[in-house]
Amino acid sequence: MSEEHPRAKAGSLAHVWISAKYNFLNYFRARRFYVMLAIILIISGLLTVLVGYYRPPGFVDGNALGFYGAGWGSFANFVVVLSAAFFGGDAISGEFQNRTGYFLVPNPIRRSAIYLGKWIAALVASTIVLAVFALAMLANGLFYFPGTVPWEFVQSVAFAFVYMVAALSLAFAFSSLFKSSSISILMSVILLLFVFNVVDTVAALVAGIEPWFSITYGAGIVSNILTVPYPAAKTVVAAGPGGRFTISQFNATVPEGLLILGIYFVVMLVLGLVLFERKEFTS
Amino acid sequence: MSPSIEARQLSKSYGQFAALTKLDLKIQGTKCVGFLGPNGAGKTTTMKILAGLIRATEGTALINGVDVAKDKRGALASCSTLIETPEIYPSLTPKEALSMLCEIRGVPRGERNKRIDEALARVKMSEWENKKVGGFSKGMKQRVNVASTLLSDPEVIILDEPSTGLDPRGMSEVRDIVMSLKDRLVFMSSHLLAEVTEVCQEVAMIDHGKLLVYDTIENVTGKFAGGGNAVEIGFAGGVDEPLRLRVSKLQGVSSATRSNDRHLIVKFDHAAVTQDKLLELVAGLKAGALTFAPASGLEDAYLSLIKETL
Repeated sequence: MSEEHPRAKAGSLAHVWISAKYNFLNYFRARRFYVMLAIILIISGLLTVLVGYYRPPGFVDGNALGFYGAGWGSFANFVVVLSAAFFGGDAISGEFQNRTGYFLVPNPIRRSAIYLGKWIAALVASTIVLAVFALAMLANGLFYFPGTVPWEFVQSVAFAFVYMVAALSLAFAFSSLFKSSSISILMSVILLLFVFNVVDTVAALVAGIEPWFSITYGAGIVSNILTVPYPAAKTVVAAGPGGRFTISQFNATVPEGLLILGIYFVVMLVLGLVLFERKEFTS
Repeated sequence: MSPSIEARQLSKSYGQFAALTKLDLKIQGTKCVGFLGPNGAGKTTTMKILAGLIRATEGTALINGVDVAKDKRGALASCSTLIETPEIYPSLTPKEALSMLCEIRGVPRGERNKRIDEALARVKMSEWENKKVGGFSKGMKQRVNVASTLLSDPEVIILDEPSTGLDPRGMSEVRDIVMSLKDRLVFMSSHLLAEVTEVCQEVAMIDHGKLLVYDTIENVTGKFAGGGNAVEIGFAGGVDEPLRLRVSKLQGVSSATRSNDRHLIVKFDHAAVTQDKLLELVAGLKAGALTFAPASGLEDAYLSLIKETL
């Protein structure tokens, strides 16, 4: 290994922190952050108004867990996907397309430090957005069911955070793969909102296999934890005329879900990092 | 040890296209070296390899003796670069962007503000230091980019067409800044030969990915400029191909090359035609010739070494 040049003073961890600090500053001041917050506030506001006015079944006519399942459980994953795409989708591709990489990369800093710093900044921004949504749901829940915060809701919020960590890594990997910001954002949204869900359904219904390889299957724990009792790992339902067919339905258990999300986090983070290290700044 | 930049058998290919072919170049000492060549010659490719933005297919790039591919942090620790008009995070102010670079480069906390203020003052951007870069013009951003190269007192500065996007005053100011960097090694690419002549002591010329010459400007012009047998002629109505052909067929003219839309560089044989006679012949074409002046020595050398523009 070569000796470090005496003027390369700041260490790699310090560089990760510097990259995270200035990228977060850039996120925090950008219109995108406030657009995302506005979207979350609109979703929260609409839920508040619609539930208050129509009092739909499943929200306020049962117990607190039912409320959080119908509100938070239905939208948390959507908020996670949107945040990951907004803050991670073009984090790396933007360095190429917007040419900001030409300012930052030709300095005595490792690309891995830039990458990890950007990832941390995106995680902080996404966590703020998720926290705002969780607080809005909590405020509504406490209004209808004062003094009751189910432990399952706390777990669900924690699982949503884990899902966000994994989804951000996936978005960063796609961001490292493409040089176009719009394509990498679009790919992240399409994959996380549609493709993985379709794969889950096709794998379970058509092939009858558990989609253990899918991030959205693992993320099912965010809403499943709000169902009591926890859904069975596998159910087989008879379908078709005379029950000639059987349809399998799978639900990841909590350990399975956490394992799937954890593997996605590690594999995608490393994959994105390797892609970024190898990617060249060609015009 | 004096600052140095070295390319050893440096090659870069994109599929079948060889952008750089076994480039050998060693520059050492405190001076300014101009890096010249036509579009696509391999200038930016060389600089990008030195800056760690791309990897060489073969060969080694060293800054101050440190291999960029093996130890980018060490190689760039005392080297600043300005490659292809970089963009700065739009929500940051110049002060914040430069502060980020100071932190990355390990400039002591107590010195950062002073360094940033001095660098911004040199590029006349002090009054914009707390405005967001996103609202800046291309020229203003380029000034901040130039300031970024001055922050950490680097021994080596690599500048890829630093005047790009600047107005005439900005260009002049950048020239002054480069000329003031006497105690460093400045490696600067440019298409502005007058700028290179003014600020550089040495010049390296490259074409089709290969080094043609590296020497002092005097030696290069002495060897290749053809002893002042070239004039630059400006035409009011611009230069088209028929006009270039008509000029090239005049008595004693050995070549006529467009230097831009309105100018021709005309090389001629002293034995066949004198400069005043040539002026007479050009005027006789009634093609709207407005200016007639000896071509710069470097331009003449450039044109005799580099035959094609692409």
